[in-house]
Amino acid sequence: MSVSAQTGPAARPGRHRADVGRPVVIAVAAALAVAAVAKVTADGLVQPEVAVIFGALVALGELFRMVIPGNREVAPIAAAGALGYAMLTTVGPEPAGHSALQAIAVTAVGMLAGSLPHIAVGRAPRPDAMARRLLTVAVVAVAFRPLASLELGWTALLCLMTVTIVAACFLEVCVAALIRAEAVRARFGIALRDEMAAKMALCAAIGATAMLIVVATSVMGRAALLVFTAPILVTQFAFRRYAGIRATYLQTVRALSRVTEVGGYVEAGHSRRVSKLAVAMGRELGMSEGELLELEYAALMHDIGQLSLGDPIPGGATVLASPDERRRIAELGAEVIKETGVLDRVAYIVRRQADPYRSDPAGEASPEPPPPLASRIIKAANAYDDLVGDSSDRDRGAAVLDRLRAESTAEYDPTVVEALARVVERRARS
Amino acid sequence: MRGLPPAAWAYVSVVVALAAAAVATASFAELNVQVLAVLVALFLICDSASVKLNVESARVSLSYAASLASVVLLGPGGAALVGASAVVTGQRFFAPVKRLFNGAQFALSGYASGVVFQALGGGGFHPGRARWVEQIIGPFLGALVTFVAVNLLLMAGILLLSRQATVQELRRESGELVFVCLGYGMFGLLIAGLWDALGPLSAVLVLLPLFVARWALAQTHAQQQAHAATLAALCQAVETKDYYTRGHSERVSRGSVMIAKEIGMRPDRVEAIRYAGMLHDVGKLGVPTKVLQKAGALTEEEFAAIQLHPMRGLEIVREIGFLDEALAGIMHHHEKMNGRGYPMGLAGDEIPEFARVISVADAFDSMTSTRSYRAARTVEEAVEELRRGAGDHFDPVMVQAFLRALEREGWDPPGPVVLPEDDVVETTQQDHDDPSVPIKIAGS
Repeated sequence: MSVSAQTGPAARPGRHRADVGRPVVIAVAAALAVAAVAKVTADGLVQPEVAVIFGALVALGELFRMVIPGNREVAPIAAAGALGYAMLTTVGPEPAGHSALQAIAVTAVGMLAGSLPHIAVGRAPRPDAMARRLLTVAVVAVAFRPLASLELGWTALLCLMTVTIVAACFLEVCVAALIRAEAVRARFGIALRDEMAAKMALCAAIGATAMLIVVATSVMGRAALLVFTAPILVTQFAFRRYAGIRATYLQTVRALSRVTEVGGYVEAGHSRRVSKLAVAMGRELGMSEGELLELEYAALMHDIGQLSLGDPIPGGATVLASPDERRRIAELGAEVIKETGVLDRVAYIVRRQADPYRSDPAGEASPEPPPPLASRIIKAANAYDDLVGDSSDRDRGAAVLDRLRAESTAEYDPTVVEALARVVERRARS
Repeated sequence: MRGLPPAAWAYVSVVVALAAAAVATASFAELNVQVLAVLVALFLICDSASVKLNVESARVSLSYAASLASVVLLGPGGAALVGASAVVTGQRFFAPVKRLFNGAQFALSGYASGVVFQALGGGGFHPGRARWVEQIIGPFLGALVTFVAVNLLLMAGILLLSRQATVQELRRESGELVFVCLGYGMFGLLIAGLWDALGPLSAVLVLLPLFVARWALAQTHAQQQAHAATLAALCQAVETKDYYTRGHSERVSRGSVMIAKEIGMRPDRVEAIRYAGMLHDVGKLGVPTKVLQKAGALTEEEFAAIQLHPMRGLEIVREIGFLDEALAGIMHHHEKMNGRGYPMGLAGDEIPEFARVISVADAFDSMTSTRSYRAARTVEEAVEELRRGAGDHFDPVMVQAFLRALEREGWDPPGPVVLPEDDVVETTQQDHDDPSVPIKIAGS
């Protein structure tokens, strides 16, 4: 989903602020890199051999960067190497005399070098992710370089390193959350929480390896450097597999949700459109990443119960079916999903998708708790797509929204319908 | 463990006796008790958090790193003591005899490895000196290989004697296992190398990234299970409408895997064919129900709709990236060796291997299941039919492989079909998979 930086008319301030975070972060990082490289070129490299070895490690790490769940680009090996260089105390018996600017310059050059092969094969780099990585290294370098020459004991140094790394990682996560919140229109607090949950383990592994590199290089000299990147290699390998299976899982559910279309039960593209709409609405309503993933699965499979029907219902639009029939399809679908044994919450969402927002307007205690937010979202998104289809006619969309609004308070949740309206409006504009 | 055979008991006793002898005869004069205590603690922590690999039944723990560190830091006697502490490991579901054996085999591995390390001259160098890594790497590698070899051989012995695994299984699984064990063992060197500077903290720094990796691998494993379960459930949903073909996908998947293993496919391809078998008929949803329910001969158009189902299936699953080779299997599972199949009319070797495998399992399951127009055939009758079709319809290599696997593993044909009480239920009258009753086309 692309959201353009030039947002709508100024008539609605506050809602559509311009996306400033991303360009600012990239500009700052670029300026810093240029300044550092210029200064180092003018003054010459201190301990050039060490600089080259670390630069090569960063380049190698960038070459093997990867995307972890949530579409986040990370480069654990490069990050560990660069942080290690930023905190280096001695190389064997020799003190490490490089400045913070040199650490930044070496990292920047290494990152660029490692990105070239990616560009050569046509994979576009993500400047914001690279900028974030460079800024993290810069923060650590500026904070730690003055301390490195103090000749403290290992225990004190390790404590200082831990503090510096934790602070830098937190800053990185904040910046990442800010950029993400702007890009997908999520709330900052929720984006921050998601970002921390997704990156905490990896940050710990990177930090530990960076410290390991510092100590090993100090005790054993340069040769140890490559040996001591081994732990982070294992981490990288494991995360790559994890990211792979997560992507595959989603792919499978996306693909198989299309069986209802091939079977003629629903219109072509219905499941995919409903899931996109539902996820955008869920984000609008402040759902976290874990909840959004469940919502997406449920939305993709919300019509799977129709497979148990003898004949497709006319046009496949469940919104036109009788309430009992809708509920039966929901029940059947939930049964199918329950079979997996692992998607119980998704099954529950699917089961409750047909239930009205308020079962009895009189307000008497109903036997079941109200349907969960995800079910209410799918109900509205499904109704909208059943009635509008893939038409981009704005009047038709507006008419359908009016109809849903008229039925809200009993059938549809009013806040959900309003979220739908905002998503639809934003789409029409971009 | 009550059913442990006498040979296994004898084996356990010998290993335990050897380990006890090793510990008893070792010299502990220079043993640093503090280091020993820390390493034992580390070993136990690592051992109680083992990680499951893709390989079933193989659990690998980071305790290898602690053991190898103790080989370098403590020598043979200390390494044996650290290994022996596996007796009290936190894996509480282990029976006492299993724990005893575990402790003994770790102690023996540690001792042997320590002896090799010293014999190669590893004891003469001290960590913290310049060029330590270069000097110690030779003896360390010797010790590492010894440790992994002794450890895995002792384990293989007990698995074979207690009949928990066959030689074949062990050989197949040992490749990845050896690699992972050697890798984990290497980290012992890193811990030992920084011990002088950091003490136990070096273990924390080395193992933290590995524990993160362990977490990620555990997540991967859980996701893989979830993925397989979801795929199976969705396939089941596709066939739920047809009382006669329920469970067909699952059984074709099983049959395909049997053939694939028999002809020695690589494990990752076996995995792929498992999914291909499961998904081979998803395109059937695109065939109008009334065509499948029609009794008697079909018109040309109706038969064309049936012939299209492999393509429709491909259309659905094409975007699932991991399937790659499996896609070809799904698309061509109705080709015949003589070139008269569909949708492309490929012949002989032009038909992808996956498709030739699935084709056999598909036909076999169809014949051994009940259909509305006939009762289920016996396994013998179906085998006869496969033999008859070998060469013309089926690839003889695959048929032979299937028959061999069938003889060994047997086959569970589906039970008789129970139709719901009300007699309005409409049933399928056409089965495109059944080679013994080809679909009749009007006018041909």
